[in-house]
Amino acid sequence: MNDPAQSAGPPIGRRAFLGFVGLGLSSLAWGGAAMDLLAQSTRLVPESLRSALPFGKGWRIYAVNPPHPKFDPATWRLRIEGLVERPQTLTYAQLVALPRVRQTSDFVCVTGWSVDDVRWAGVRFDDLLAAARPLPSARALRFVSAEEPYVDSLTLEQLREPDALLAYGMDDAPLKREHGAPVRVVMPKMYGYKGVKWVSRIVVTDRVEDGYWQQRGYDRDAWIGGSNGR
Amino acid sequence: MAVDPRIAIAAEPRVARFGLTERRLHTIHAWAFSILLLTGFVLYLPFLAQIVSDRPLMKGIHLVTAVAWLTGLALVVLLGDRAALARTRRDIERFDADDVLFVRNRGRAPAGRFNGGQKGHAIVQAGLAILFTVSGVLLWLGERNTDLRLPGTIALHDAATLLLAGLVAGHIMQATSHPQSLEGIRRGTVRASYAAAHHPRWDPPADGDQPVGSGARPGIGRTALAAAVLALGVAAVTLLV
Repeated sequence: MNDPAQSAGPPIGRRAFLGFVGLGLSSLAWGGAAMDLLAQSTRLVPESLRSALPFGKGWRIYAVNPPHPKFDPATWRLRIEGLVERPQTLTYAQLVALPRVRQTSDFVCVTGWSVDDVRWAGVRFDDLLAAARPLPSARALRFVSAEEPYVDSLTLEQLREPDALLAYGMDDAPLKREHGAPVRVVMPKMYGYKGVKWVSRIVVTDRVEDGYWQQRGYDRDAWIGGSNGR
Repeated sequence: MAVDPRIAIAAEPRVARFGLTERRLHTIHAWAFSILLLTGFVLYLPFLAQIVSDRPLMKGIHLVTAVAWLTGLALVVLLGDRAALARTRRDIERFDADDVLFVRNRGRAPAGRFNGGQKGHAIVQAGLAILFTVSGVLLWLGERNTDLRLPGTIALHDAATLLLAGLVAGHIMQATSHPQSLEGIRRGTVRASYAAAHHPRWDPPADGDQPVGSGARPGIGRTALAAAVLALGVAAVTLLV
């Protein structure tokens, strides 16, 4: 192979290729930590700008049945029914008139990404259920999404976690459509798939039923670090 | 006397730059990465997710395209002109003093068949192809078995996406500002004067010359392997949809 027209010189390109691939593959071990560090360093950047950055700890919008449900404040109703003394039908105005709480918590998705320090506004479940008066046999809530067939359940005990919330506000604005407008479940100690978006109906039940992702192999009690999420 | 510019172009001698195999590889890569980038950004950026909103469809297209891309690349490598590919690979991976100078001086050094920048671009793209494949497969597996979820999988796929988007933008800018180089990858040939001006140290075969290794039919072994790869690709697609 002494073709004079052939390129000569050391195989720098091959070394660069192997080095680049090696560095990339090694990031499978350290990339997560690097992303955390990057997210920390971008905290000084204003929120509005940071959310526009294409890299770092941003939201990824998951949905199972397009298009995302549309919210019309005039016709939207939240029904609370099942094992209650007085079933309720709340308008949006009635919902946001309930005792309002704010909290800052992290959102962790079971697929590995997370968003730190999300500022939620909403109502605690005890306040939400007060008027409906759950019966003594009540054990859990089934959250039915307007995005069929998405559904998930949490026990009343789990919903008494101090940071469990039915949220209608996010980062100082009304909840956006892609985040589940007008209301979604926020359960920071569990993976995001327990946080039903576009909640349209809450059924009080005497036992927990498998939700959308549990029917597809994910754990029912999706505690972060304590379930088959990791 | 007015001369039809098309005739003038046709009359000018042309030299062979890329064979059919290289051009097919490029076409597969270009189409696949356009689709993968577009669907990937919809999966990744909330404002696009809101506009398109059909995540399951986007994800399906993304995965099927990835399988089709790898299958297509494997088929071209198995059935195409392997001698030409080996030669192009050698042309890309060898850096002589002028190539190093070209990178250092931002373009002011005589180039061979590929200049230092083109070599660098091809090398990073090839590396990205590997990194996308590994991290993509790990993302897919991690959805099924959480033991296979590595701490850096998402970071690697994301970082590779951003790097790719930048490279593709630069690549398209370079190609559109040098129409002859675009001709090279589309038709396989460039004007001899262009080759002499931009790649003075390249000694190209004239258009119409038999390229290296052409005419050699793939043997029975490689044909069988190609059939197996195709079957595997089709099986993977049916598994995904």
